[in-house]
Parts: sequence; C-alpha cells; structure tokens
Amino acid sequence: MARWGMAIDLDTCTGCQACTIACAIENNVPPPDPDGSDDHRPFTWMRLLPWIGEESPQAEGRMFPRPCMHCDDPPCTKVCPVDATNIDGEGLVRQVYPRCIGCRYCTTACPYTVRYFNWKTPSWPEPLEQSLNPDVSVRPAGVVEKCTFCHHRLQLARDTAAVERRELRDGEYVPACVEVCPSQAMFFGDLDDPDSEVARRSHTTRAFRLLEELGTKPKVIYLRKGE
Amino acid sequence: MQSNLSAFAPDQALVRPLVETNRRFWILVAVLCSLIAVGAACYLLQLRNGLQVTGMNVPVYWGVYITNFVFFIGISHAGTLISAILRICKAEWRRSITRAAEVITVMVLFFGAGSIILDLGRPDRALNVILHSNFESPLLWDVTSITVYLTGSLIYLYLPLIPDIAALRDGLGKRRWFYRALALGWTGSERQHRLLDRAISIMAIIILPIAVSVHTVVSWVFAMTVQPMWHSAIFGPYFVVGAIFSGIGALIVFMAIIRWAYGLEGYFKEVQFRNLGLLLLTMSMLWFYFTLSEFITTYYGAEPDHMVIFWAKISGPYAPMFWTMVVGCFVIPMILLTSRRFPVVASTVVAGVTVNIGMWIERYTIVVPSLARPRLPLETGVYLPSFVEVAMTVAFFAGFFLLYLLFTRLFPIVAIWEIREGREGSVREVSERVASYLPEVSDAHDAF
Repeated sequence: MARWGMAIDLDTCTGCQACTIACAIENNVPPPDPDGSDDHRPFTWMRLLPWIGEESPQAEGRMFPRPCMHCDDPPCTKVCPVDATNIDGEGLVRQVYPRCIGCRYCTTACPYTVRYFNWKTPSWPEPLEQSLNPDVSVRPAGVVEKCTFCHHRLQLARDTAAVERRELRDGEYVPACVEVCPSQAMFFGDLDDPDSEVARRSHTTRAFRLLEELGTKPKVIYLRKGE
Repeated sequence: MQSNLSAFAPDQALVRPLVETNRRFWILVAVLCSLIAVGAACYLLQLRNGLQVTGMNVPVYWGVYITNFVFFIGISHAGTLISAILRICKAEWRRSITRAAEVITVMVLFFGAGSIILDLGRPDRALNVILHSNFESPLLWDVTSITVYLTGSLIYLYLPLIPDIAALRDGLGKRRWFYRALALGWTGSERQHRLLDRAISIMAIIILPIAVSVHTVVSWVFAMTVQPMWHSAIFGPYFVVGAIFSGIGALIVFMAIIRWAYGLEGYFKEVQFRNLGLLLLTMSMLWFYFTLSEFITTYYGAEPDHMVIFWAKISGPYAPMFWTMVVGCFVIPMILLTSRRFPVVASTVVAGVTVNIGMWIERYTIVVPSLARPRLPLETGVYLPSFVEVAMTVAFFAGFFLLYLLFTRLFPIVAIWEIREGREGSVREVSERVASYLPEVSDAHDAF
C-alpha cells in the first residue's frame, strides 16, 4: 500500500505562486470577490507563507508553499464529531463534504491552519463558472474543505493503469501543484517506495517537516535552502 | 379579580405572581419578545446566507457563539450544583433559594446547547452527531454530557416541585388541568414524602459528578487540541471553578431581581446574600489561583508559540479585555465582599454582575486569541463580532430571561412546602442535631 507524500525544495522554489493558481483551478476553489467585501475570508488550498528568519541585517524573507500536510497522525480527524474527516489506508486525509456539519472544530484543531470553511455558497465571475473541473465537486456553503492531494487524480491514474493491466508508475499520480511547478521544485509519490523520487529526496540532510515537534508526522517534506 | 390565597397562608406572597399580572410584566414580556424577534430575523438571515453574516473569518473560526456556549453552560452550574451541595450539607438557609437556582440551570442549558446549533455551518445536518457519532471527538463528549445533565437537572427541578404543584391544584383555582397532570396524584401522604425525600437525596448526589463532568468536557474541547494556551491540563478544573463562580454570581443577581419584583424580602434575606457572597468570594480566590497558575506556567515555559498569545492577552490587543476580566472577577469581589462597610445585598449583587461580565470576557479571551495567532506565519487574525452575532447574543439572553419569567408565573419560585417544612420541623431537628454533636451531660461529675 502506498503512502503518498510531497517534497518541496525551497532552494529551487521561486515563489511564483503557479501552484496556488493551478490548485484553485483544478479544485474549483472560487476567487475572492472583486470588491473585497469578503475581507479575511478568501482562501486557496495551496498557499504561500512568508517565512521571516531572525531579525538581523542578514535576515532574508522567504516564501514557502503550504498545502495540507496529510499528517500520519492528524490532529483534525480525531476531533470531528461526525467522522466527516478521516485518514485512508494510503495516508490521504479526506473530507466528506456531504456529512460535515460545519462546526469548524477541525479548522481550529489543525496547527497548520490548512482547513477552510465555506462562509457562503461559492460563486465564479463569468465566464469562469463554465470552466469548472468536472472531476471535483463544488462544495456547498457551511462545510469545511482542504487540500486533498488531488485524490481524484489518483482515481484516474489507477483506472488508466488498470485498463493497461499494469502497476501504477512513480510520477503517474501527481497533484496539480506539482505538475505545474515551473522550477520543478515539487515532487510527489510514494514515500514507502525507496526508489521513488520523493522518497529519495526526503531522506537527504536538507529535509525537514513543519512543526515536527508536535508529532503529527506530516507527509509534506521541505528541503532546506542549499549552501 | 382578587383570588383567595388563604390556602397558602402565611406564604401568599409566593403564589401572588401566579394569579396577578401587572403592566410592568407585560411591558417586560413585550421587550423580551421584540429582542427575540430581532434575533429570529437575524437567524433567518444567517440560514439563508451562511455564516458570512458573522464577523468570523480565516483563521478566527470561532467567536462570540462559542464564547456564549461556554458562558451559558457555565451559568448552568448556578443551580443544580449549588442547590445539591447545600441540600447535602443540610444548610438550612438554602430553603428559599434552591428552586430559583435550579430553574436557572434548566433554562440556560437550552441556550448553551442552542449556541452550538447556532454556530453550525450546516444546522440541517445536526443529527449527524447521532447518525455518524465519532466518540473520539471531545465535541461528542459534550453532546453526551450536556444531554445527561439537562435530563438530570429537569428531574432534579421537577421532584421538589411536585408538592407545590399539588398545592396549586388544590388551592389556586386556575389552570387546574395543568397542575393536576403535573402533580402525579400527590396527596402528601407519609409514604409519598418519604419516597420524595429519598428521590431528591439520590438525585442531589447523582447530579454532582454530572455537573462536574459537563464543564470539564467543555474545557476539553479546547484542551484536547495542541493549540497554544488551549492545550492545558489545568483547563478541566479551571473551567469547573469558573462555572460555579459565574453560576453563583448569576444566582445572586436573579435572587435580587425576584426579591425586588415580587416583594419577597422576607424570603431572600440578607443572610442568603451574605452566605452566597462568601461562596462567591471563595470562588473568586480559587479562580485567581487557577488563572495565576495557568499564566505563570506558560510564562516560565516560555515556548514561543505560547508566548505570542500570552503577550497578546497581557499587553497586546486583548489586554483591555484581559484586565477588565481581572478587575471584574477578582479585584471588585475582593473589595466588596471582604468588608462589612458596604450594604450586603447591593455589594453582592454588584459583585455578581462584575463577575459575570468578567467571566464572559474570560471565555472570549480563551477562544479568540489562540485562533487569531496561529503557529504558522499567516497574517494575524482580526475578529469583530457582526451585528448578527450581537443581536443573536442579546436574543439568547432575552430568551433565557423570558423562560425564567414565565416559570415564575406558572410555579412558585420559592418552594412553599420546603419553607413550611423548615418552619415546622427543622428548627427542632437542627437543635437536636447540634445537641448530638456535643458531649453528653452526665451525672458523673457529681461524684467530685
């Protein structure tokens, strides 16, 4: 059984935010209102966070992309009163939109703040509403959503492999953000497969995880800036 | 029409609110109903448009609704818990105040539980907590505990009501069918009294651990997450203490209002206010001890993520609220309740009010700052309650007062039979009890 994970190389990441846009298009995440009336509410599943080091003349600000960490021990799933979020056998933390009651306990319990709430019925300005991705459901008002590692793509890749009567190949299933990254700073695959690109990269000395000390065991691995 | 209340002599004053209504009552009902109507309109707006009508945002996902939830559940500890403790301790001064306390518990629990429904993005799916229960979630512990508490408190309120309902059935001459149904055929026989006493004693003991569990699991909703200044082992007892604290404050305020509105100075005497004031003072010191423990361990541990929130409360944007809380919950009660210079009733009522303001703020400054300063460097959260949230809060308070008011118009707010029992039996019983504590006077010393 695979254990899907992502590696993000901060040395090659340029902070261009292509991943953010690709994710929003792929996953039908609506853009913010043009008039700015929903201040502090718009979100994207993939987000560029500012990383400001120590305050010193040499300090440099960096941006780093932050999807859902798909923790192996996720703090969000245990607090959901209705089991609307859980972790599947391949380590993907799922969200069941039709069951979610919108209590937002998971959004407050996630230390990475990757979970988002639909404050209203999502809407797209014309003609964007005609270009929604049919593989991803549009979430109704009042439920929580978050990055899924594009698990609909896993379905597609698996179906293709099944038709061709073969195993899934490394790199065949990748989320939209990884696929689009122009500087090829992101890698995705099976962390348990020692030959996969993502497993090799996540075992270098540059590898670290966000808020590792919390013991959530994130499956998104960052690669520190090289020398 | 002047009803004949001689059947209730010498406690006619307790039954008078059941038969006489004046303009003041109707004006109050009208005001409360219009506040509730505004709230209802706001709720329709929220149902139609979603939670965008609130001030909540990313990352402040919980605000005033959750604050109210914790506050109302806290107030509910006024009644059942205090009444049960006083009953078990055989504190004779309790007789006129237990029912006023128990009614607070039952009525306010509806609004505590209601606050959660109000906060849901999909209230239409609320039943999923039963259909798809995940007992790993502290929120489900809340649902369970509060349901048990509400049921227990209803029984605990109802049992001591039965003799009074029977008396109303026989002597009031109004709403007979209503009281007959609720009196369950009470005749006042020796056997019935024995059974009732037994049932009340059992309920008083059962309700204590349930009440403690309720506010413990409310605190665990926060404490079971890893969020800074929520993830604290002290939260269970801290919240229970806070709940009893604000509950006593609320009881004092309600007693003062009833006493003033229905002219019951003879039943809510200075001694009741003074004793509750001393309880309030004790809880104030306990609350301060817990608050100090919580903040000083955070400060010395000095974990950066915790310190961000620590300073946001102590000297940051939440400082005005934080220090108002300290003044309301500790400074004012300490000044008013440790001195005999102030009039007893007025000073305990003022302390009761400031304690409750302080405790509401306490819950707010627990819920919001931890969310507004997430661990990862997102932008700082900004939260201001919207008109809808304020109106809903006002409507919930109005609804609580209205239910309480209606109760006082249907049932005597002081247990008539318990007062009578006190007059007839307790005076002798207490003197016998005190005598039994003392060494027997024997004739042995005559030998010397």
